[in-house]
Amino acid sequence: MLSMQNISKVYRTDTVETHALREFSLNVDEGEFVSVTGPSGSGKTTFLNTAGLLEEFSSGTYELDGRDVSGLNDTERSRLRNEKIGFIFQSFNLIPELDVFDNVDVPLRYRGFDAAERKKRIDHVLDIVGLGSRNKHLPSQLSGGQQQRVAIARALAGAPRFLLADEPTGNLDSHMADSVMDLLSEINREGTTIIMVTHEPSLASRAHRNILVLDGQVGTSEPELHLAAQTA
Amino acid sequence: MVAAIAVGIGAYMTIINVDYVMSSNPIPHRSDVLFHVEVDSWQPNKAYYEPDHPPEQVTYMDGIALLEAGKARRQVLSYKTGRVLEPQGEGERPFELESRSTSADFFAMFDTPFVYGGGWDKSADDNEEYVVVISKEINERLFGGENSVGQTLVMNGDPYRVSGVMDTWQPMPKFYDVNNGPFEEVEEVFLPLSVAIANEFGSYGNTSCWKAPEGGWEGRLASECIWLQFWVELHSENERQEYLAFLEAYVETQKAVGRFPRPTNNRLNNVMEWMEYQEVVAEDVGVLKGLSLLFLVVCLLNTIGLLLAKVTRQVGDISLRRALGASRRDVFSQYIVEAGVIGLAGGLLGVAMTWLGLQGIKSLYGELEFISRLVAMDWPVIFAAIVLAIIAALAAALYPTWKASGVHPASQLKAL
Repeated sequence: MLSMQNISKVYRTDTVETHALREFSLNVDEGEFVSVTGPSGSGKTTFLNTAGLLEEFSSGTYELDGRDVSGLNDTERSRLRNEKIGFIFQSFNLIPELDVFDNVDVPLRYRGFDAAERKKRIDHVLDIVGLGSRNKHLPSQLSGGQQQRVAIARALAGAPRFLLADEPTGNLDSHMADSVMDLLSEINREGTTIIMVTHEPSLASRAHRNILVLDGQVGTSEPELHLAAQTA
Repeated sequence: MVAAIAVGIGAYMTIINVDYVMSSNPIPHRSDVLFHVEVDSWQPNKAYYEPDHPPEQVTYMDGIALLEAGKARRQVLSYKTGRVLEPQGEGERPFELESRSTSADFFAMFDTPFVYGGGWDKSADDNEEYVVVISKEINERLFGGENSVGQTLVMNGDPYRVSGVMDTWQPMPKFYDVNNGPFEEVEEVFLPLSVAIANEFGSYGNTSCWKAPEGGWEGRLASECIWLQFWVELHSENERQEYLAFLEAYVETQKAVGRFPRPTNNRLNNVMEWMEYQEVVAEDVGVLKGLSLLFLVVCLLNTIGLLLAKVTRQVGDISLRRALGASRRDVFSQYIVEAGVIGLAGGLLGVAMTWLGLQGIKSLYGELEFISRLVAMDWPVIFAAIVLAIIAALAAALYPTWKASGVHPASQLKAL
């Protein structure tokens, strides 16, 4: 479903050239739950941005749901991002002036659905995350865990091919973190592919497969040893 | 932002409104066929108005000669005078009226509207008939608003038969006599020129003489004093050229008897040319237009700054929306529509501020009667204010919106 082959991403300034990704290759099948770990600066965020079509890559090939995404213009990338990918951020990234319903509605409006279709989808995903009765609440009226659930609902509303989660429990206490991870696991069991970046070994272990990123490349698959070294 | 646009629009449209009223065509359906006649009967040593402008009015000798020549389709010779109307009812006091003494063609040439009856014909002019056209207000006061055609009213002891009741008519500017105030009210009573001349009705308008007239009314009529307005109706360039040729021939005959010492300088100005020639729109209005436009530009620059600050503040929001699927076009559209709504709100508030500005002018110059006509707002001005505000807001939003649409989707997500 997602196939990256020898992806390179180079950031260039007048004086410095940074190779954030170097010959990065990764295949993710449909229905997988993949965790991505690695030390700070290893390229995890760059991988996430590249996979999420938020940034273009310098070389290599990237096929998303069978379609080669290199050479797409901004409008095509935006449309593909809207249709195929759901984002879950560490800081929830809800729009504070919009209530829960309208926050979930944001990506649907860019899809062009009519009001009835949008309402149907929003009500459905809010039920999935257990916040169907809170659709008029503002984010400030919700707990951290609830806000992240709203963000998950927003990511699911467009029925994406996969979810990209960047430290989804990073701003939550352990209890809320477990609750959110339970929800993600449930969503994955229902068939949604999830790629999750995390520092937490306990969270990474809940994935089907762990990918270690080191120096911009996919490292060896010994996640327990490397994670133990980080936490030491 | 709304306030910035509103204040700028309010200031600019206040002046534009005054300019619009001052410069509007008072008789658009006939302005191209009505011509003000000037012949240069002035003194040999100096132009009437430097560098070479002929007098704005005509002498009685020239006016009556041109009128009686009848070389145009229609012609009108008139001057402003005053009468005292003596109501015949019990307890009613006499009151003074501003009047116009005019030849018969006035009403047809200037297409004056009537409630009842109409003007008089040429035979009434020739026979010095005591006929009168009155305003609707005078008709209301004397005859209760009923059809008073054929009724008699008394002015300065003389009975006049009402031939017509004029409907509300206030050309803006009052083009047919700008010499006596381009924004003054139309006279309340019109009577035949021949009656006024025969009975020595003095002029209530401007009189200029380059040499002292001989004594008495006859002396005034035979003098070089200018105090009447003369208009002709010509329907084509051919007719205009023919009339100019006639004027030239007339001036030559006058030169032959020792008049018209200056070089021949005949002019035919149509209504709008006459307004421009007379500088009906005061020069300071033009200056104020420029200043108020500058003020509007400053307000728009302020708006650009505010919009840029808003975009900077909302970079995270934009980045998020881009990540969720908004294209650059979606972001551009969002901010442009927002600017349009701001413009609409600013325009509506600007209309209110324009009204306030005009009321301010009225309070400053309220003692001048015509001011209330200058400061009246009508729908074209209101519509223009709103449209201008929207256009201005959209123009101000172009650069900030372009910046907003260029925000990279990944740039701010970690910082949120």
